[in-house]
Amino acid sequence: MVSLADFNSETLPTWCKGCGNYAILSAIKMALAERDMASHDILFITGVGCGSKLPHYMRSTGFHTLHGRTLAVATGARLANHGLPVMAVHGDGDSFNEGMNHFVQTVRRNVNLVDVVQDNRIYGLTKGQYSPTSEKGKRTPTSPAGSIERPVNPPALAMTLGATFVSRGYSGELQHLAWLLGEALDHPGYALVDVMQPCVTWNRSYAYAFYKDRVYKLQEEEGYDATDRDAAWAKAQEWGERIPIGILYRDDSVPSYEEQVPALQAGPLVEQPLNRLTPEQVGALKTEIT
Amino acid sequence: MSTHDVTVRIGGEAGMGLESSGAGFAKALTRGGLYAFGLPDYYSRIRGGHNFFSIRVSQEPLVSHAEPVHLVLALDVETMRRHTDDVVAGGAVVYDEADDVPEELRRSDVGFFPVPLTKLAEEKGGRAIMRNTVAFGVAAGLMGFDPTYLESVIRDNFAPKGEKVIDANLRAVEAGVEASRAYQGDFSFQVAAVPDAPPRMILNGNEAFALGALAGGCRFVATYPMTPGSPVLHWFAARADEYGAVIKHTESEIGAINMAIGAGYQGARAMCPTSGGGFSLMVEALGLAGITEVPVVVYNAQRPGPATGLPTRTEQADLLFVMHASQGEFPRFVLAPGTLEQSFHVGWQAFNLADRYQTPTLVLSDHYLAASYRTVEADALDFDAVEIDRGALLTEEELDALKEPYKRYQVTESGVSPRATPGHPNAVWVSTANEHDEFGAVSEDAENRTAQADKRMRKMKGMSEEVDGSPELSMTRYGPADADVTFVSWGSTYGPLREAVERLNEGSAGRANLLHFTALHPFPTDAKAALERAGRTIVVEGNVTGQLETLIRARTGLSVDGSIRKYDGRAFSPEYVVGHPVVGDLFEEV
Repeated sequence: MVSLADFNSETLPTWCKGCGNYAILSAIKMALAERDMASHDILFITGVGCGSKLPHYMRSTGFHTLHGRTLAVATGARLANHGLPVMAVHGDGDSFNEGMNHFVQTVRRNVNLVDVVQDNRIYGLTKGQYSPTSEKGKRTPTSPAGSIERPVNPPALAMTLGATFVSRGYSGELQHLAWLLGEALDHPGYALVDVMQPCVTWNRSYAYAFYKDRVYKLQEEEGYDATDRDAAWAKAQEWGERIPIGILYRDDSVPSYEEQVPALQAGPLVEQPLNRLTPEQVGALKTEIT
Repeated sequence: MSTHDVTVRIGGEAGMGLESSGAGFAKALTRGGLYAFGLPDYYSRIRGGHNFFSIRVSQEPLVSHAEPVHLVLALDVETMRRHTDDVVAGGAVVYDEADDVPEELRRSDVGFFPVPLTKLAEEKGGRAIMRNTVAFGVAAGLMGFDPTYLESVIRDNFAPKGEKVIDANLRAVEAGVEASRAYQGDFSFQVAAVPDAPPRMILNGNEAFALGALAGGCRFVATYPMTPGSPVLHWFAARADEYGAVIKHTESEIGAINMAIGAGYQGARAMCPTSGGGFSLMVEALGLAGITEVPVVVYNAQRPGPATGLPTRTEQADLLFVMHASQGEFPRFVLAPGTLEQSFHVGWQAFNLADRYQTPTLVLSDHYLAASYRTVEADALDFDAVEIDRGALLTEEELDALKEPYKRYQVTESGVSPRATPGHPNAVWVSTANEHDEFGAVSEDAENRTAQADKRMRKMKGMSEEVDGSPELSMTRYGPADADVTFVSWGSTYGPLREAVERLNEGSAGRANLLHFTALHPFPTDAKAALERAGRTIVVEGNVTGQLETLIRARTGLSVDGSIRKYDGRAFSPEYVVGHPVVGDLFEEV
C-alpha cells in the first residue's frame, strides 16, 4: 500500500507561511495514497508560478514546463501515453491568461486529465499584479487605480465549453479537497478542480477570513444533482454571501479525446513497437507515388 | 539541351484545379518512361487571380525547372497575357475557343490553337471544371505522348470518386486528344513515351520528408496549418490509422510544439511541420526542449517573410533565425536538404539525431523544394538505409537494474545523460524549465549552472562528428574537382545550381562546380578546407542579407568572391544563374 510518507521529499517548499499551496500539496498526496497510486503512477505537468513548483516538493514524476503551456504539454503527454494518469497543476495566471487558449481547447476536447487550478486571484511569483480572476477595481502594481477588467469565472467558463467535470475546492477544507481530487482522478475525462486559495502575501481581499463563513459544501445540500446542467450553471454563478464548493457538474458518459483516436486503440502510443517499415509497407508507399 | 526537353505550362484562375491536374500530368509522363519536373506557382487565394503549373519533361533525368516554355495551356485570357512572352519560337498557345486572343499578343513564331475547352468539358465530361483535363489531352496529342498513361493516372486518382467520374474524365482526355488532331504538324516539340523504361516515382519535397519521417518512426505529428508545411500533416493524417500515428491539428503552433514536447517526454517520436510564421510561435518552447533535453523535430518549409509575407512563394531567409531562435543557449541541429533524396534521408535521420543528443533537430526546407514534383528512380529513396536508433534511452531492464536514485541530468563526458521515460518506480524525477541539478531539482547554484550549461553544450562535439561523418548530412560537391568558379549554396537551390554547373561546363569543362551545404549547424568541419580549395566563390541564396555568407564568415573566417541573392518570392532557375552578371564578371577576371 502507498502511504503519505512515500511522497516525502527532501526539497523544502519556497512558499510563504500560510500559503494555500501547502494544503493543495497535502490533499494531492492524500488522494493518491487513498487510490494506492505511487510516485511513478501519475505524471504531474505544471507551468510557471509559485504553485507550479509543487512536484518538486513531493516525491513525484513530473514536468515543470513553461508559463501557460501546461495543458498543451499535458495533452501531448496523454496522447503519447494514455496509460499514465496526468495531473496538471498551475495557477490562475497560467490557466486563464497566458494559457487561456489551451484551457478552452483542452476542456472542449475532453482530454482525460485532472486540471488543478491554484486560484488565488493574484500574481504571486511576480509580486502582486492583478490576475484574470482578480475582482474589478483591484489595486495592484499594474492597476494602481484599480483594475478595469471583469474577472473570469472558471467554473462557468468550463460549463460553457462542455466540461464533463466541473468542481471547486477550498484550500481551507483539506479533507474535502482530497476527496474532490480523488473524484476528479476517477472521472474519465477532463476534470477541473478550481481551488480557492488565499495568497497571504499579495492578496488581502481573499484571505481565510473571507472564505471561512461563505464556503458551503454542495454535496451536503439536500437535493443537489450534479448531473443537472442547469443547476450546475446556476451554482457556477453563485458568489457572495454563499460560495459553493464540491462537484458542480459531472458526466462520466462522454468519451475522452484519447479514447477516440484510432491509433490509440491498440494501446498507448509509447508501448506500440517502433520498427522499420516492412517490405510490404514500403512497397505500398512507393506504389502511391509510382 | 535536347529538343526533347519541353515545358508545358497550364494557367488559369485559382479553383480551376491546376495543381492537381498538373501533378497528374507529371505523373502520367513519369509512367510513360519520361522524367518530369512540376513547379506550382499560385497566389494565396481560393478563387480568382492567376495561378499556373509548369511541367518540364525530358527523356533525361531532371533536377530543376527551366524558364523557356514550349506549350501554354491557357484556361483564361490572363494566362495568354502573362505567358505568351515566355514561349519559345515554334511553341504554341492552346486557348479556349470562347476567348479572344488579344491582338497585341499575337506572335508570328508562336502557334495560337483555339480549342473549345469548356464546351468539350461540359459536353463530354458534364462539368466545365474538366477543361483542365481536356487541355492536358490536347497537350498529350500535340506532343505525341501516348494518352493511355494519362488515362491510367485518371483511373487511380479518381478511383475514390467512382466509375462515373473516372469515365467523365476519360472522355474529357479523349476529346482533348481528338481536338489536337487539327493542329498536328504545327507543333514540333515531340516527347514520345519510352514504354520499356523501368518504373519510376514522382513526388515533392514534403512527401519525401514525410516518407522519411514515417520510416524513421515518427508517430506523433502536431501542427497548425500553414503553407507550405501543412501538406506534411495532411500526408500523415491520411495514413495515421494504418501506421498507428497520432496526428493533431492544434489550436496554434504554440500548442503544437508543446504537445510534441509532452509526447517526446513520454518517449514518442514527435514533430511539428510548419513554416516560418509558425516556427516563430514555437520559439519559446524550443528553449524548453533545449533545457529539459527532450527530443523534438521541427520542419520549417520556408516562405518569404516577415510576417505573412508572400504566403505561397519561396525564400531562404529563416536560416540565421532558426539557428538562434530562443533566449539562452542550447545545442541544436539545423539541416537543410537540397533534394528529394536528402529530404527523405534527413526525414528519418532527424529523429535519430534528436534522440541521440536529446535536443531539437530543425529541418529547413522551402516552398520550392517542398511543393515541386520531380521524377526519381524507383530506388532513389533509400528505405534500406533507414535505422531507428533511440540513443541513450534506458530500457525496461536497465531501469529495473537501477540501484542509485535516478539522475536524469547526470553530468557526462559526452553531455548526453541516460534518459528514462515516466512511469518506472526506479526513475522518479521532475524535469524543469528552470536550471536544475543532476536530479532535475531547481537549482540556482553558480557551480551547478556552469556544469549543466557545459554538459548540454558538450553535445555539440558529438553532433559535429555526426555531421562530418555523413555525406548526406554535411556537404555535397557537384562538378569537376577544380573549376574556375564554385557556386556555394544551401537547401533547395541544389537542383537549379547543379544544372547551371552542367550548362556552364558544356563545351568548356572545368568552368564551374558546386559546393552545397546541408548541415548549417553544426557547420561541417571541412567547410573551410573545401572553400579554400574552391575557385572563385559565388554564394547563391534566396535572401536579402546573405545569411549563408554571414555564416561562412563566422565559422571559417573566409570571405567569398561574389554573391547572387534573390528574394522576389520566385525560385532560382538555371537560366537566372548562368545569365547573372556576377557570373560573367567572375569569369572575365579568371
